Amino acid sequence: MAGLEDLYREIILDHYRNPRNRGELECPPAQRSEGFNPLCGDEVVLTFEMDGDVVTDLRVGGYGCSISQASASMMSAAVIGKTIDEIRDLTRSFKAMMSIHEESIGGDGTEALDGAGESDGSTDGALRLGDLEALRGVVKFPVRIKCATLGWNALATGLDETAEGE
Amino acid sequence: MSARVSPEIDGAVKAQFPLLERSVHGRPIVYLDSAASSQKPMAVLDAMDDYYRTVNANVHRGAYEIAAAATEQMEQARADVARFISAPSADEIVFTKNATEAMNLVARSWGGSNLGPADAIVLTEMEHHANIVPWHILAAERGFEIRWIPITHDGCLDLTDLDRLLDGAKLLSVTAMSNVLGTLNPIPRLAAAAHEAGALLSVDASQYVPHLPTDVGELGADFMVFTGHKMCGPTGVGVLWARMELLDAIPPFLGGGEMILDVTKEGFRPNTVPHKFEAGTPPIAEIVGLGAAVRYLEGLGMDAVRAHEVSLTGYALRTLTDRHGDDITVHGPSEPAQRGGVLSFVYRDVHPHDISQVLDQSGVCVRAGHHCAKPLMRCLGVTATTRASLYVYNDTSDIDSLADALGEVGALFGH
Repeated sequence: MAGLEDLYREIILDHYRNPRNRGELECPPAQRSEGFNPLCGDEVVLTFEMDGDVVTDLRVGGYGCSISQASASMMSAAVIGKTIDEIRDLTRSFKAMMSIHEESIGGDGTEALDGAGESDGSTDGALRLGDLEALRGVVKFPVRIKCATLGWNALATGLDETAEGE
Repeated sequence: MSARVSPEIDGAVKAQFPLLERSVHGRPIVYLDSAASSQKPMAVLDAMDDYYRTVNANVHRGAYEIAAAATEQMEQARADVARFISAPSADEIVFTKNATEAMNLVARSWGGSNLGPADAIVLTEMEHHANIVPWHILAAERGFEIRWIPITHDGCLDLTDLDRLLDGAKLLSVTAMSNVLGTLNPIPRLAAAAHEAGALLSVDASQYVPHLPTDVGELGADFMVFTGHKMCGPTGVGVLWARMELLDAIPPFLGGGEMILDVTKEGFRPNTVPHKFEAGTPPIAEIVGLGAAVRYLEGLGMDAVRAHEVSLTGYALRTLTDRHGDDITVHGPSEPAQRGGVLSFVYRDVHPHDISQVLDQSGVCVRAGHHCAKPLMRCLGVTATTRASLYVYNDTSDIDSLADALGEVGALFGH
């Protein structure tokens, strides 16, 4: 049976208490994307700036539970400085980790996640991937998976709109 | 701390609910979510089981023994429900799928034939979505105005402008007890004001009928809806009660078998009330179960049920405040006699989902979210609350477990 320590890892609580990249950028030039969970009313508001196909800055607004807020905070730390394609790879890997099916067949999600991190090339890339890995325990609490993916879905939508606008 | 709170309702009641014997995460279950759905006593489980084992047949058209018995059990349940709410006639009891379907019936059948672009209805800011969305859907088709009675800071209806809001309105539709705040609304006063203004009164009694002695005549309602599964009965059966002249006058809701007297290639003649509103095979076992639930509650005595809940609500308000002080804020009226046993609260700045997740590890079942009352959430300035709700089988030990488990929330999320 899953215990609470699988869900509320210390690093998650740290991101919840001290969220990274909290706030809002001025739109324009920044772009805006919102995620909404109709089940609990949680809301995440992302504003991000692009230089070419690179996300140069991203801020997280909105409100929600520890898991949705911590996951969005970790995401912000992981994606700033990455290209749209790199972020899409990372998003795919993260959502694979959040899938009950993927979890049951083994570590595919982890490997893909590591690969995405190495391609990043920055010195603290490994640390940021460590943060994301901490969310793996959420999959044992299926009701909370939507909390963990809220920010990621909002970012994917925002990036799709950006790509379509080009 | 585990003293009985009511001489009439004691620990023997809990033992009649088999689910409450189980454990969750290795801890005895503490069920505090009866405003969402109540647990079921053996009397109800046995009645449904007996029905399927010994009576099961379709109702109303069979000449054989068990079909007649099935019909008799269903109609006995209709009489039981009528008696339970002091309805003048069992024929005024219409069985639906749930309270939501019953309210949709009122909107579609009464509203659909009485509301047009020049008309208005009045709702309140504390309504459940079931008493909002059917009217939104109908208003989009028919173009009438929806007016809103606001709430005060302590979660009661603000009736300052009631006469102005009712002026020219055809219907006031209001909850008898808020599913979020526990607020008991002054239904007889609202009925008098609505009738004075020439409007009808529709009452969402989903949270009221399970917990208080109910007399539709004293309430002054014209329509009243409630559901079986919140009053010790099964899911899948709800009730519309309305005055016979209204039920006679309005058109059918769903079409199909049982609701007709005759069908030709040109059209149909509707059946008599209540069958006119009961298209298709009804949830017979569930209706039988609801009848058993009503008799179970009558056995306890609804005055005793109410007394137990007032006492336990008072104990809960005192205990939560004593144990958690400024860390906890309970929404709604502070006086137990003015409310039901529904306690929506904020604990520090911890999100309701996190609170309910931690409480679950202690076996404590509470609900977190907007409780299908998003306009009310906006009035309260929150996106969600944590809600603990009480019923006949709860006792002071359940409240103590809630207070203990909240301490664990504080330990985990403390700054």
